[in-house]
Amino acid sequence: MLQGYLVSLLEGAWLTLQVAVLSLVLALLLGLVGASAKLSRIALLRIPALAYTTVVRGIPDLVMMLLVFYGGQIGINEITDRLGWDYVDVNPFAAGVATLGFIFGAYFTETFRGAFLAVPAGQLEAGYAYGMTRWQVFRRILFPQMLRHALPGLGNNWQVMQKSTALVSIIGLSDLTWLADQAGRSTHQPFLFYAVVCVFYLAMTAASSVFFRHLERRFNVGVRRAAA
Amino acid sequence: MIEWAVITDNLPEYAAGLWLTLQLTFLSLCAGLLLAIPLAVLRSSGPSAVSRMVWAYTYFFRGTPMLVQLLLIYYGLGQFEWIQARWAEGNPLWLVLREPYGCALITFTLNTCAYTTEIIAGALRTTPHGEIEAALACGMSRLTMIRRILVPGALRRALPAYSNEAIFMLHGTAIASTVTLVDITGAARNAYSQHFAPFEAFIFAGLIYLCITFALVGLFRLAERRWLSHLQPRKATATRQ
Repeated sequence: MLQGYLVSLLEGAWLTLQVAVLSLVLALLLGLVGASAKLSRIALLRIPALAYTTVVRGIPDLVMMLLVFYGGQIGINEITDRLGWDYVDVNPFAAGVATLGFIFGAYFTETFRGAFLAVPAGQLEAGYAYGMTRWQVFRRILFPQMLRHALPGLGNNWQVMQKSTALVSIIGLSDLTWLADQAGRSTHQPFLFYAVVCVFYLAMTAASSVFFRHLERRFNVGVRRAAA
Repeated sequence: MIEWAVITDNLPEYAAGLWLTLQLTFLSLCAGLLLAIPLAVLRSSGPSAVSRMVWAYTYFFRGTPMLVQLLLIYYGLGQFEWIQARWAEGNPLWLVLREPYGCALITFTLNTCAYTTEIIAGALRTTPHGEIEAALACGMSRLTMIRRILVPGALRRALPAYSNEAIFMLHGTAIASTVTLVDITGAARNAYSQHFAPFEAFIFAGLIYLCITFALVGLFRLAERRWLSHLQPRKATATRQ
């Protein structure tokens, strides 16, 4: 099947999955940090966070990726030269994950910011009144409720993000799209191989939407919905 | 240090790239919107078989990366002998599918049309029931009701979501540079490969995109003030005693 390219395509699919999941983790962390900074009372934290979300969301992900991949190499060379270290090669995997995480961190920042604001302040006050510390209030009250409000936005961003992983093929990572491109060229059946890529992405996005529906149901237990 | 020559030497190419990016964005958004309106009506209130067909179309285009869609059309179609035969005949309509510009435009249009269809279909479903009853009470036919009541109202409500889609589309056109087109990103990639100065080349391109994004956001804010003013939060007014 697929003229012996099945194994290679599966390896590419595995790499694509790794890129997607690792950059999701990075983006979630950046999003939490960014949202905390944006909601902070200290202007020195708020202003860089505002610049981050505005600039990143105003630039195409491909341009950002090319900048990080080609620029990152030069930047790192400069640093290693100064420190007298050996030459470090920026690998496209790290560059891809870093860029995707950095870009979607900005989108997650906005999602988390809205979700934090949606938790009623009275509940936090009640927590403090019970003598909880700030960390306890965050862990027991703010975070679990924030997550419920954030889930729909997280789901949407994750759907966009999965599809953006195809861009790493442009910076030379042998992901599914790149391998399909190669296979299509050598067999003269590009349509067939790109169609396989489409099926893979459709399966991934469909599985994600089932997963997020499950999560939303779980986190919304005990929340009454207005009957339509 | 900033090497200004990277930017100044390539300024004409950046300008040409800007023009191409604007063309691709504007043309695909217009064509996509025009196609999306009838599709959205069919999707939300057509016969269930038709609605499902529209859903299958939007599901495919929303579930796969636009880069792969572009590659599928630009490189993929050449696989079929039937298409090759049409190309050999020299029919200009089919030759469009051999040009990177035509392929990019078709891909972008089909892609934005899929998202826009779902946005408008969602807005159509939230039409207040009273408006439909009023239209029926006035004796409007189904088609008149769609034309006068359903579609105008839905387009208004779809505006905020559509502005996001327009910005995504602007950013999406950057992948045109992967099929040899020289848009803003393509110009930046050329500038980079001539001078090996990635920061100047790509940051300048990013700034151009940022400016267009701000312009688009501003335009949509004006559009919302014009067509959604009845939904704006009211300004507090002094109460008269």
